[in-house]
Amino acid sequence: MDNVYSLLAFVLLAGMILGSALLVVTLRNLVHSVLWLIVMFIGVAGTFLLLNADFVAAVQVLVYAGAVCIMLVFGVMLVQRPNMEHSNPINWRFKLAAPLVGGLFIVIGLLTAKSQLVVSGQEVPAQTVQALAPILLNDFVIPFEVAAILLTVALTGALLLVKEVKANGNGS
Amino acid sequence: MGTALNPSYFMVLSAALFAIGLYGALSRKNAIAVLISIEIMLTAVNINLVAINKFLTPEAFIGQIFAIFVITVAAAEVGLGLAIIIAIYRNRHTVDLDDFNWMKW
Repeated sequence: MDNVYSLLAFVLLAGMILGSALLVVTLRNLVHSVLWLIVMFIGVAGTFLLLNADFVAAVQVLVYAGAVCIMLVFGVMLVQRPNMEHSNPINWRFKLAAPLVGGLFIVIGLLTAKSQLVVSGQEVPAQTVQALAPILLNDFVIPFEVAAILLTVALTGALLLVKEVKANGNGS
Repeated sequence: MGTALNPSYFMVLSAALFAIGLYGALSRKNAIAVLISIEIMLTAVNINLVAINKFLTPEAFIGQIFAIFVITVAAAEVGLGLAIIIAIYRNRHTVDLDDFNWMKW
């Protein structure tokens, strides 16, 4: 009975994710695209909960649905066009892109259907959050510190990039 | 067993999400929309990593660690990408990718 409920949850979450992702890439108004992106990220967080990845689900909501989407909304406001209705036009390449991504999806689907996955029958440990810290601070301590440096450098660089251009842009 | 969740379901979901993101990245004109599409593609990869982690190696949490690193890099990428787009907008007054042609031969 538990299986039926998890399958139902998967179908609902997959519909929510794919529907809102399609709306994100097809809507004409960029602000609406960003709002549907938040719906998609929350659906993905639900999928992570279904997969017993509690910490990743929490990080998904905090980082993506919170920080990244707010940053994107501010970006849209800073480069606002006169008419928001047609702020997200499509270019001529969509005729090329549609068969390309359709073919890619079919190829990945066929490969998935053919692949023999060795599913381990083990249960996921009850506490999934506590197990992450020892791995992150023993085996992955160098990538962990590199990620910290990367974030610092990227955000400082972003600040510098925007500030410098503003100082030059006023003079020209 | 017929109704149990299968890793193939999640891989097909992730492939569909990746295809949608790729379509958006190829077919949009607005640079911010392309950034959003790249975020969708990275999220699709995360679903795959976490699903494989659950079904194939539930005791080791390597897939979740990879997903966390992907989220970190994606956050840095979107911050830097938006800064570059805003900088270009201040010089050129456009975010249309087809107008970014001053390095064209």
